[in-house]
Amino acid sequence: MIDLSTLKVGDPLPAFTTEPISRHTLALYCGASGDHNPIHVDSDFAKQSGMPDVFAHGMLSMAYLARLLTHWAPQQALRSYGVRFVAITHLAERITCSGKVVDILEEGGETRARIELATTNQDGQTKLAGNAVVALSAANRQSA
Amino acid sequence: MLDKRHIGHALPGFEVAVESGRLRFFAKATGQRDPIYSDAAAAKAAGHRGLPVPPTFLFCLEMEGPNPAALRELLGIDIGGILHGEQQFTYHGMAYAGDVLRFEPRIADIYDKRNGALEFVVRDTRVSNQKGEAVAELRCVTVVRNPEGS
Repeated sequence: MIDLSTLKVGDPLPAFTTEPISRHTLALYCGASGDHNPIHVDSDFAKQSGMPDVFAHGMLSMAYLARLLTHWAPQQALRSYGVRFVAITHLAERITCSGKVVDILEEGGETRARIELATTNQDGQTKLAGNAVVALSAANRQSA
Repeated sequence: MLDKRHIGHALPGFEVAVESGRLRFFAKATGQRDPIYSDAAAAKAAGHRGLPVPPTFLFCLEMEGPNPAALRELLGIDIGGILHGEQQFTYHGMAYAGDVLRFEPRIADIYDKRNGALEFVVRDTRVSNQKGEAVAELRCVTVVRNPEGS
């Protein structure tokens, strides 16, 4: 969790790398997410649609990046979170989730950190680029 | 080309119950091992009133509506030709297993790039809970691939 006393711009969030994306990973995410678009799980359909094979849901990687955030700060402190899906995440890729503090600001009556986020594959290619705003004070404002 | 007169169109609103089994399945499928997302006792010990809806799961719940294809059907979009371009969440409060969330989607924008080879549909959705409290706003940008242009 965040150590407020020492947090500064440039600080990284603790990065992690996933297991290689498998068809099984995508089948589980298809069922759990409710995103049943066959392009992510049915190779025949993917090829008919002009893709070389099935590929990962962008939202699977966005969920991985959310783990990076909620491991770092309690979810009640998350004010906003957004990504651009820059490139398709393919089978067998290992996805590294990383982030860093790019700003500390006063907003909405509280101190907030702006975080820059990315997923990259094993070759360093960016797949998702995003940002999040996390409250550093009043972190329990929204808890029930 | 997609018909831009649909900009501003409100899609039918709907309500979705948050089920704890789905939240546990989602935690497994996304490699989330923090017990507060799968164990109600751990969640309560951490100060939550139940299993929390994780940050991106609101997008999944929106697909639990009565017709998840409503927007594609309205605009005549083929599911095989779409990509997810951007996704944003603005959070106002936590949601938990047992909540019944109301989703109110509307088409915020439609635009194209590269002379229509790529078209973009922006859908904004407001989410509130059974007490009428604001939970979040979602913005989903869908990219429609038109290989021949138009």
